Amino acid sequence: MMQRVCIAAAAAVLAGCAAGGGELRYTLRDGEIAAPLTSAAPDAERGRKILISRDSNCILCHAAPETGERFFGNLAPPLSGVGRRLNAAQLRARIVDPFYFDKDTIMPAYYRVGGLNRVAENLRGKPILSAEQIEDVIAYLLTLQ
Amino acid sequence: MRREAAPRAFPSSLGIGIYANGLPALRATRAGQGHTWSRAEGWGGGTFIRLLVYSFTLFCLAVTTADAAQPFRPDPLKSGIDFVGAEVRGLQQDDFASPAMLWATRGEKLWATPAGKSGKSCASCHQDARVSMKGVTAKYPKVDPGSARLVNVEGCINICRTRHQQAEPLRYESDELLSLTVYVGLHSRGMPMAVTIDPQNRRNFERGRDLFYTRQGQINLACTHCHDRNFGRKLLNDTISQGHGNPYPAYRLEWQTLGSLHRRLRACFFGVRAEMPPAGSQDLLDLELFLAWRAQGLKVETPGVRR
Ligand code: HEC
Ligand code: HEC
Repeated sequence: MMQRVCIAAAAAVLAGCAAGGGELRYTLRDGEIAAPLTSAAPDAERGRKILISRDSNCILCHAAPETGERFFGNLAPPLSGVGRRLNAAQLRARIVDPFYFDKDTIMPAYYRVGGLNRVAENLRGKPILSAEQIEDVIAYLLTLQ
Repeated sequence: MRREAAPRAFPSSLGIGIYANGLPALRATRAGQGHTWSRAEGWGGGTFIRLLVYSFTLFCLAVTTADAAQPFRPDPLKSGIDFVGAEVRGLQQDDFASPAMLWATRGEKLWATPAGKSGKSCASCHQDARVSMKGVTAKYPKVDPGSARLVNVEGCINICRTRHQQAEPLRYESDELLSLTVYVGLHSRGMPMAVTIDPQNRRNFERGRDLFYTRQGQINLACTHCHDRNFGRKLLNDTISQGHGNPYPAYRLEWQTLGSLHRRLRACFFGVRAEMPPAGSQDLLDLELFLAWRAQGLKVETPGVRR
């Protein structure tokens, strides 16, 4: 089933993975996902809340003092200034599929449901964050200049 | 459960496994699978370079295959106690202050309490635990000759209960089983962990090892990602240790009570949003054996104290 919807092209990766009925589609090309994952308008403030929430776990690994939180992990580079370093399309690719950049990475792929082992039953077939949540997070990260 | 989830659409656990022992990760380019990895491409398209890469890959494979029984171990090995604050360390080091010692005292009483139809206590067969249980925990888990199954100290206590005391087995994580396990462990405290891998337990060892290196759960991380590659770093407020089982059963301040190694392992599975194997399950026993091998030489701290 997975093979059918995950189509490979030479330079571009068109990934769509079906599980539990849902389908996640995006086109990752040259380290970017140009198109937003949803047409809903993103909201940076919602993104900030998601970033510090247990839904996303971002600050378990990344520091982001701009969020107003005080405790952060240090398994990953701080997110301060990330909106200056990366544009929306690049941020989207980093969050949707970090494995594209480094297949050995510890950063979770937030928009993926296939090829995972032993996922807790209630979470099977669900990505860590929804398309809307990811767009919100991107909108927030872009404010980190 | 495989180290490589090859037939799936996404690479999930590629290149970890025994390849984690400091060798450059093998960067496969899987044709027709929808992914190209930029770094592999970044190495340049020249045939010569590609040949070099391939032969190096083969070399790595040869090395790691030949060395399959010797996966990576952190060097130097450090107990989890080296990653906690002075306050917690102080609690563990002082038997009068350590909340865990309560269970040792209970265990000592249970040791001499008759149970089951036999009317026998542990002491009826094993007499003085200070002599008979010396060094026992340091060598567990072990294959029980009677059933040819891998058992940990908890399992062994329950075998004695059913086989020799003709009593009901104690529930995993029950106060009684924790107390007896702590009491047995106390007589190995300070001794080096010393399991040996032999033909009887090799399969268990290999399964445990594979589990340790397999990415799991929605978060898609393996034990190795935190406990080999990132010990000493912070996961929010927690300083990640090398993930050794040497203090268990241990009192965790977070739990406000004492718990088994399997309880802690389940918390790690929960953390990566994976199915949690039940306490006492084969998965956790095999993992326990691998962890014991990996911690060889570290001192048993039972009953330890952790954050
Ligand atoms: C388990 C650890 C972990 C978690 C959780 C995590 N990341 Fe990461 N992230 C990393 C690491 C490590 C890197 C560095 C690059 C790499 O190794 O892939 C990274 C890189 C990034 C980058 C690229 C940064 C740069 O400067 O190039 C962005 C953006 C990012 N993460 C955002 C997020 C967001 C947003 C979340 C939550 C929704 C998140 N990360 C959750 C570990 C994590
Ligand atoms: C996302 C990170 C992460 C992953 C993945 C992870 N752990 Fe842990 N583990 C922790 C943290 C944090 C702690 C608590 C701090 C400590 O003691 O290391 C911990 C504690 C432990 C401990 C207790 C150490 C002690 O001294 O009390 C053991 C043993 C352990 N982990 C083994 C494992 C095993 C086996 C796996 C895989 C099934 C695993 N961990 C996966 C983060 C992780």
